[in-house]
Amino acid sequence: MRRLLVVGAGTAGTMVVNKLRHRLAPDQWLISVVEPSDTHFYQPGYLFLPFGAYTPEQVTRPTRPLITDGVDLVYGEVDRVAADRNRVLLTDGRELPYDYLVIATGVTPRPDQTPGMLDGGQWRERIFDFYTYDGALALARALDRFEGGRLVVHITDVPIKCPVAPLEFAFLADAYFRRRGIRDRVELVYATPLPGAFTKPVASARLGSMLDDRKIAVEADFLAERIDGTTLVSYDEREIPFDLLVTVPLNMGADYVARSGLGNELNLVPVDRHTMLAKGHDDIFALGDANDIPTSKAGSVAHFAVEVFIDNFLEYAAGRPMTGSFDGHANCFVESGDGRALLIDFNYDTEPLPGSYPVPTLGPFRLLDEAAVNHWGKLAFRWMYWHVLLPGRPIPLPAHMSMAGKNIPTPQE
Amino acid sequence: MPVTTIAGRDIHVDDEGFLTTYDEWDPDLAEQLAAQIGIELTDAHRKAIDFLRADYATQGETANLRRVSTLGGIPTKELFTLFPKKPAKKMAYIAGLPKPHGCV
Repeated sequence: MRRLLVVGAGTAGTMVVNKLRHRLAPDQWLISVVEPSDTHFYQPGYLFLPFGAYTPEQVTRPTRPLITDGVDLVYGEVDRVAADRNRVLLTDGRELPYDYLVIATGVTPRPDQTPGMLDGGQWRERIFDFYTYDGALALARALDRFEGGRLVVHITDVPIKCPVAPLEFAFLADAYFRRRGIRDRVELVYATPLPGAFTKPVASARLGSMLDDRKIAVEADFLAERIDGTTLVSYDEREIPFDLLVTVPLNMGADYVARSGLGNELNLVPVDRHTMLAKGHDDIFALGDANDIPTSKAGSVAHFAVEVFIDNFLEYAAGRPMTGSFDGHANCFVESGDGRALLIDFNYDTEPLPGSYPVPTLGPFRLLDEAAVNHWGKLAFRWMYWHVLLPGRPIPLPAHMSMAGKNIPTPQE
Repeated sequence: MPVTTIAGRDIHVDDEGFLTTYDEWDPDLAEQLAAQIGIELTDAHRKAIDFLRADYATQGETANLRRVSTLGGIPTKELFTLFPKKPAKKMAYIAGLPKPHGCV
């Protein structure tokens, strides 16, 4: 019997075990997944919780029923990976052997890494995150109470889970305060370590002008060193006072990755960016947000990368070379408020461009353009996530990015 | 790929002026590159540049600020003092390495 052990039953880990259970013979392969939580969270839904647009029930499901029969679900916390002995050690003393290990424990917001964020007495009083379930719910209560002042949306450092979510939050906050009739009493500021709204030029210009249109001030190249009371302070001594700070803390991989000697400075597992095989280990892969590939840390990347990984793994376990190559494909709906959204589709080599997706001209989705259809696509995706993506059913979208339907702007545009 | 001439030498650079050929760099060139962006190199600067060069040689990517502070042992605050405003970009430029890429 050969053993495949997956650590983490989030988006990537759940897809891997569910898909491979149907592809690997049960009499030859034991598949296990280790997970500490008996609840699975639909993380893209966190964006809507602060505005009361989703209920907590819509973003949670029990973990167990999401895991295909025939997969051994082990509830537990990982202490460390003993790669030299092919074992994963749990904090309760259990040891799980493996022939192949998949690390899929994602990244976690770490407010403790910025002085004053967690230890200044303001956490969840005036400083909130929305990348956690508890944080998003606490922020909903704070927004409800907010009657005016300066609200700062802030990114501590990259990479972060879902790079567009802070922009979406800013757009949705603008719409939310307008709806409440207090927009003129709210000053919105967007503080980012990036040189603009986004890194890639075409999307950055488009999203930047959307911030301007909404009178959201951008403080670019702002790398926060610390928080002094209710002031955000950068390494170059710029100060941004706030009444309400909505921050994206530093995102780091799991501490056990560091304890196991498998991580980089952010506890992310260095991998080959096309196969996800860990550098220096021929029996360890890292998928989803847990690895160091230069992409968005987003569910769509996890999905497309897993699609490529599955066929690769079958070849690899059969002793053949992996022939699939992940191209860094990501696509993300970007909520812009008032029932509209943009869609961006890109990969390692191609920046987000305007056009239509997935079918040229017909779409129905519009790339880099605000449209109601994109908003409905984003909402429909929650159903897709629970019923199609996680169970590992095929989604009729190619894993590799296509240039069909994309318009390459001329330099004058 | 554009070619530019710095201190009498032909150097391959990208559209933003970052060197594209690792071996075309040497410490003398670093002085010239630094001068172009208004920086006079000291030993503290050189320590950061040397870390960046060595790290790139093993990683194939330009280190970000967190990596320089964590593994290179130079506090981020100091990097902002040495290379004001945009330290990650300025260090890469002087070290003759590609601009550190964003993740999105």
